[in-house]
Amino acid sequence: MALLEILDIAKEYHMGTQVLRALDGVTLAIERNEYVAITGSSGSGKSTMLTILGCLDKPSEGDYILNGKDVSLMNPDELAEIRNREIGFIFQSFNLLPRATALANVMQPLIYNGTPLKQRKARASEALRHVGLGERMDHLPNQLSGGQRQRVAIARALVTKPSILLADEPTGNLDSRTTIEIMKLFDELHAENQTIIIVTHEPEIAAHCRRIVRMEDGRIAEDRMNARVAAGGAAHAAQEPRQVQP
Amino acid sequence: MIFDILESLRAALASIRAHGFRSFLTTLGIIIGVAAVIAMVAIIQGFSYTINQQFEGLGANSLTVQSYTPLTERLQGRIARITPDDVELIGQRIDGIAYITPILYSQNQLNQVRFGSQSTATQISGSTYTYPEVGRIYMAAGGRFISDSDNLTRRRVAVIGDEVRKNLSLPEDPVGQFIRIGEEWVKVIGLAEPRGQVFGQNQDNFVILPFNTMRSLIGNQTNPDIFIQLTVSDIDQMEAMRERIVTLLRAAHKLSSDRDNDFRVQTSEQLTDTFTSILSSVTLVMGGIVSISLLVGGIGIMNIMLVSVTERTKEIGICKAIGAKRHQILLQFLFESLILCLLGGLAGLILGYGIAVAASAAIPNFPAAVVPLWAISLAFGFSALVGLVFGIMPAAKAANLDPIVALRYE
Ligand SMILES: Nc1ncnc2c1ncn2[C@@H]1O[C@H](COP(=O)(O)OP(=O)(O)OP(=O)(O)O)[C@@H](O)[C@H]1O
Ligand SMILES: [Mg+2]
Repeated sequence: MALLEILDIAKEYHMGTQVLRALDGVTLAIERNEYVAITGSSGSGKSTMLTILGCLDKPSEGDYILNGKDVSLMNPDELAEIRNREIGFIFQSFNLLPRATALANVMQPLIYNGTPLKQRKARASEALRHVGLGERMDHLPNQLSGGQRQRVAIARALVTKPSILLADEPTGNLDSRTTIEIMKLFDELHAENQTIIIVTHEPEIAAHCRRIVRMEDGRIAEDRMNARVAAGGAAHAAQEPRQVQP
Repeated sequence: MIFDILESLRAALASIRAHGFRSFLTTLGIIIGVAAVIAMVAIIQGFSYTINQQFEGLGANSLTVQSYTPLTERLQGRIARITPDDVELIGQRIDGIAYITPILYSQNQLNQVRFGSQSTATQISGSTYTYPEVGRIYMAAGGRFISDSDNLTRRRVAVIGDEVRKNLSLPEDPVGQFIRIGEEWVKVIGLAEPRGQVFGQNQDNFVILPFNTMRSLIGNQTNPDIFIQLTVSDIDQMEAMRERIVTLLRAAHKLSSDRDNDFRVQTSEQLTDTFTSILSSVTLVMGGIVSISLLVGGIGIMNIMLVSVTERTKEIGICKAIGAKRHQILLQFLFESLILCLLGGLAGLILGYGIAVAASAAIPNFPAAVVPLWAISLAFGFSALVGLVFGIMPAAKAANLDPIVALRYE
């Protein structure tokens, strides 16, 4: 059974008398351990779809089954629990708590599932070490570089061991060198069997993924396997992403 | 649930600390309100303590009789009096009186008294040998108080307070010296021990003459108003005697049945009660003012909390995105306003106590400020209530934010 499955999803935004159909009948299934890129031109509905997959927003129509549970029927608190346990969301603008240190930011999701303080500290520092930020735990977000901030955000997404990692343009605010580092981190996570969906409009980033879904006007225009990476193998791609390309 | 409460408390405290100065400003209303309650209560407690001390000397077995002019009569120009005849009448017709102590105050508040070239203004009153009990005065060594025979024979003798002695430059032991009151020479037979000050009033500026001497001094043509202090031999008869005195005086004053008493007969307990009731109405009025200030303080807190929720909309969105449930957000904001109010209450308590201590130090002979436990609990209870009542709305607003809307907020 698929890890997540959306069936004929639509999302409408009502602005006065106008109705904007940001998603117009999307059906998609994603299996465990997949590494998927969602691409498409600006305004094609990528972010809208990701927020629905991340249970941050509800679709206007259609069903969403996550891990066998029908998310469309859940109340706000049940959705909060799903976001906490099943989903790690990574934003383009990091969305860290500005007054909390890197460590505190990563500890935050664990508060919401009732993890005691000691374990919280241990698991958060482990997650930070995992993303290569073991030395910067006591820094506030504004004392960190953009790439470091995004690593903190990734650690925060990972700390609850979610079923799926969702990233909306995670490198959109980063320079090309940092982008390569962050993508290397995603590749490594995928090699560790983490399911990942990345929204991006950059072909170089999509090239890291094994499956590429292209959207157009709120529909899926194309859904294909990425032959180049698939041939090289994920683990190989993770270590030497550049060398895979001919 | 306990876990959530502790974590929300931790978050609330962190947020209060992060906005130190604003938190202080937020609680200012509560601080002032609570400080006002505490200072007020402490000062009123001090007053009632002092007043009780003052009346304690009267004893449980005493009755006071004094004139009382109802306002309507006063407007008609009538002034009620207790006359020397009334004193005699009570003495003759009422059984069971151990002592009767009439006190006749001079018409003017202050009268000139002279010794040699010195002169001073003082309060002159006339009374009998039982007065020291009532007036709580003690004689300094070497002198004596007015005796019964001094009174009966209208001797020109006087007992003076220490302030009068100083003002007239009389010797340390003034006994035997003659002072002049008006045109009359009066011999000093005793000096009262200094009593110090009460509410900033010097308690030693007085001259006491024998009652009858005083009467003849002020002239028999004027109708003096007398204050009577009675000591009852049998305390169980007190109420019965009170009624008999009322009947007697009503008859003597020829009051028709439709008119109110033009005098008051009170037990010392009733006297204290009068003061206590005055104090409680003062307390009530102050309490009203304080409630308003706490209300205003509460609205201030709600206002700042609403601003704070708006300001932190994005943060709330982030917390929701990573899994915060509604009650977790609600508790955090509710605790924030609750803690703010309690901290305000604590600061107000300290400030109010400081004011009370300063006030009691500034007023001579005022007892040390005491803040009773009930006032402390009331102040904290009220602060907590304000925090909850005015915190719930902003907290609910924060808790019910839609995660995606909150995240998009800039
Ligand atoms: N809250 C909203 N209210 C109204 N319209 C919205 C809202 N959010 C998105 N839209 C509209 O829905 C459409 C899809 O938006 P979405 O953000 O999903 O695009 P996108 O593919 O992520 O684009 P980009 O690459 O620029 O981020 C757009 O036309 C956008 O204007
Ligand atoms: Mg987008």
